[in-house]
Formats: sequence, C-alpha cells, structure tokens
Amino acid sequence: MAATQEEIVSGLAEIVNEIAGIPAEDVELDKSFTDDLDVDSLSMVEVVVAAEEKFNVKIPDDDVKNLKTVKDAADYILAHQG
Amino acid sequence: MTAKIKPAKGAPYARILGVGGYRPTRVVPNEEILKHIDSSDEWIRSRSGIATRHWAGPDETVAEMSLEASGKAVADAGISPDQINAVVISTVSHFKQTPSIATEIADRLGAGRAAAFDINAGCAGFGYGLTLAKGMVTEGSAEHVLVLGTERLSDLTDLTDRSTAFLFGDGAGAVVVGPSEEPGIGPSIWGSEGDKRDVIAQTVPWDAYRDGEVEKFPAIRQEGQTVFRWAVFEMAKVAQEALDAAGVGPEDLDVFIPHQANLRIVDSMVKTLRLPESVAVARDVESTGNTSAASIPLAMERMLATGQAKSGDTALVIGFGAGLVYAATVVTLP
Repeated sequence: MAATQEEIVSGLAEIVNEIAGIPAEDVELDKSFTDDLDVDSLSMVEVVVAAEEKFNVKIPDDDVKNLKTVKDAADYILAHQG
Repeated sequence: MTAKIKPAKGAPYARILGVGGYRPTRVVPNEEILKHIDSSDEWIRSRSGIATRHWAGPDETVAEMSLEASGKAVADAGISPDQINAVVISTVSHFKQTPSIATEIADRLGAGRAAAFDINAGCAGFGYGLTLAKGMVTEGSAEHVLVLGTERLSDLTDLTDRSTAFLFGDGAGAVVVGPSEEPGIGPSIWGSEGDKRDVIAQTVPWDAYRDGEVEKFPAIRQEGQTVFRWAVFEMAKVAQEALDAAGVGPEDLDVFIPHQANLRIVDSMVKTLRLPESVAVARDVESTGNTSAASIPLAMERMLATGQAKSGDTALVIGFGAGLVYAATVVTLP
C-alpha cells in the first residue's frame, strides 16, 4: 500500500537521522537538506538510496538535484512510489 | 592436417610475491589548493577525507616513479629483475603514448626482453593488470609478472574545478605476481559499464586542444554524486561477489583495500558491506589523494610497512573508475 505524505516524512526523518545523525524531529517539510539539516551532496545520495529501498521508488541522479527540501523529496516519492 | 599443439605449462596457482611504491617528495596541503578555488580545508576534508597529497616535481616523471616502485617490488619479491617475463603498466597520465612506458621500464629495470605493454583501465587498472598477470602465470606464458599502476594526475587536474582540484595525487605502486602452490589470487570479478563512459572522463580529446577548440589543457572531470552512488552501492555488490567467488566470508577477511578514490566512498563501502571491525581498512587517501591505478598497491605497501596488515593476510581489493570499469578479487598479501 502506498505511503501517505506523513508516513514518507517520518520515514525520511528516520533515514536522515541514521545517515547524518540529525534528530528525527528536526526533519520537517519546509527544511532544506543542505542548508538546514547539514546533509551534504554525498550524504544526500545515501539518503536517496535508502529512500528508494524504503518506499520502492527509483530516483535517478538527474532528479536528485531537484530535491532541495524535505517536501520536494516527499512529493517526489508520493508521485513515483510503486 | 590439424597438428596437435603442445600447450604451455603454467604454475598451479599465482600469488603476489612483493609490493613496492613511490610517492613524490613534495607534499601538498589543502591550503595550497585553496589558492585556486573558493573552498575550505574543512569542506575538502569533510567531502573527501583528503588532508594532503603528493605532487611530482619535474624530475619525478612517470618513468622515474615507475622505476622506483618496480625496483622495490622486485626486491620485496626476492627475485632479480631478469626473472621478470612480463611488464604490465596501467596509466592514463603518461603523455607519450608510443612506445608504451612498459618497454622503457622493462629495459631500465633489467628485465631483458620481457613482454611489455600498457593498459588503460583508469582506477581499475591495478585489478585489470592483476587479472592478466594471474592468467599469464598459471597459463605458462610468464613465470613472474610486474604489474604497475603509475600516475601523474596533477598534470590532468584543473586547479579551478572546485569539485576535483583537491582530489588527485601522483605516485606509482607495483607488485610482482609469480607462481604459488596455493591459490593466492581469487577469481576476478571485473567488467565495464560503457553506458556510463561520460561520468568520469577527460574533458576533451588531445586533438581538440591541439586544434585550438578549447583553451584549457585537458583534465579529468567527474559527476561526483553519480560516481559516489555507483561506487558505494554497485561496487559493494561487486566486492561481495569477489568474496563469494573466493569462498571467503567477512570473518575470514583481514584487510580491505578499495581504490583510494575518496574517504567517504571507502567508509560507506565498509558500511554497505557490513565488514566486521576486525578488518583493517586502507585509508591512504587521507595523505596520498586519489592516485588512480597506483592507489591500491600504494595503500597495500603502506599497510604492510606500518603493521596495519601483515604478510599472509587475506585482503579484498577492488578498483573502480573511468569507463566505468571495475575489478575486484581476494588476494593473499605478500
């Protein structure tokens, strides 16, 4: 069953916490991965790959650069999840 | 008529008998790179783990560095140079393409009329050479093979490219592969993904520069995020295949020597492979930078010299880079 936006944000929070050590509660829709959450470009790749597995979605490299905020990522996953 | 052809008689198995390296004398700290790019020591260290690299001086040519590393590897193997029957050199930064640098090294090392040729397999060059050498020794066309990775990547670095200016280093690393009664080099898991050939590449062909189509001398550029994803996740699968093919479990492994591309890649591969803490991991990139085909033998030599690894240890080696190409295998350290 497809995940809701709320479930996706909560899942992303777990992933960001594990990869970058950011408290899960800081991962909110309007936060920027690089500017607010200190997720650099390489950690972002790890976040994306973990999100692909968790939500059964493919996120090509060309699309990764468009995922600036948690909302961008959640919306992308919501639209593309299998 | 079809005559019966007598095959060559090779050794039962092959192993690495000796290793040697050469690092240029000039150590270049991040501060020096920062004269050319808008970045910081903290940024470079956090993205790559690199604090210093060695850059070759005018006298430290590809040939001179290669000769130094080769001499050490031959001495470490306990053989004399005239026992080398083949010289295989991987390089992308020897600017005189013909003849191969391998012929010069064979001659100046004293390897007589050894078969000699260069290969171009980027950062997987050491693994490609090792695979060829293992085949030659067990098939019988050579008893001892010198495999060498040698690079002056500072010559192919665009100092104004803030994503690569800090990355590359110079150096040469060599091993001697020879006969063994026990398997000392496992099955090679190697291949190419040519559909990704633009991900790491020379900016323009030499003739584009010659013909004035571009002002800047060619350099190596890469798409960092794409390389990172491929290296960490796809190459971890290749590394696992090499372990499985060799019948070596994580608990049997002593040492992990991945191509020293970037410390973040090394650390993420360790995590993805779930290697136990008992495995010693090469992190030579911190002080040597990315030396492409030279990085694995250079790291191997340093780990043995510093006691992080010892002779007889079981090591997983994996190279990956421009092509994209890769080669992984399990070896017994010399």
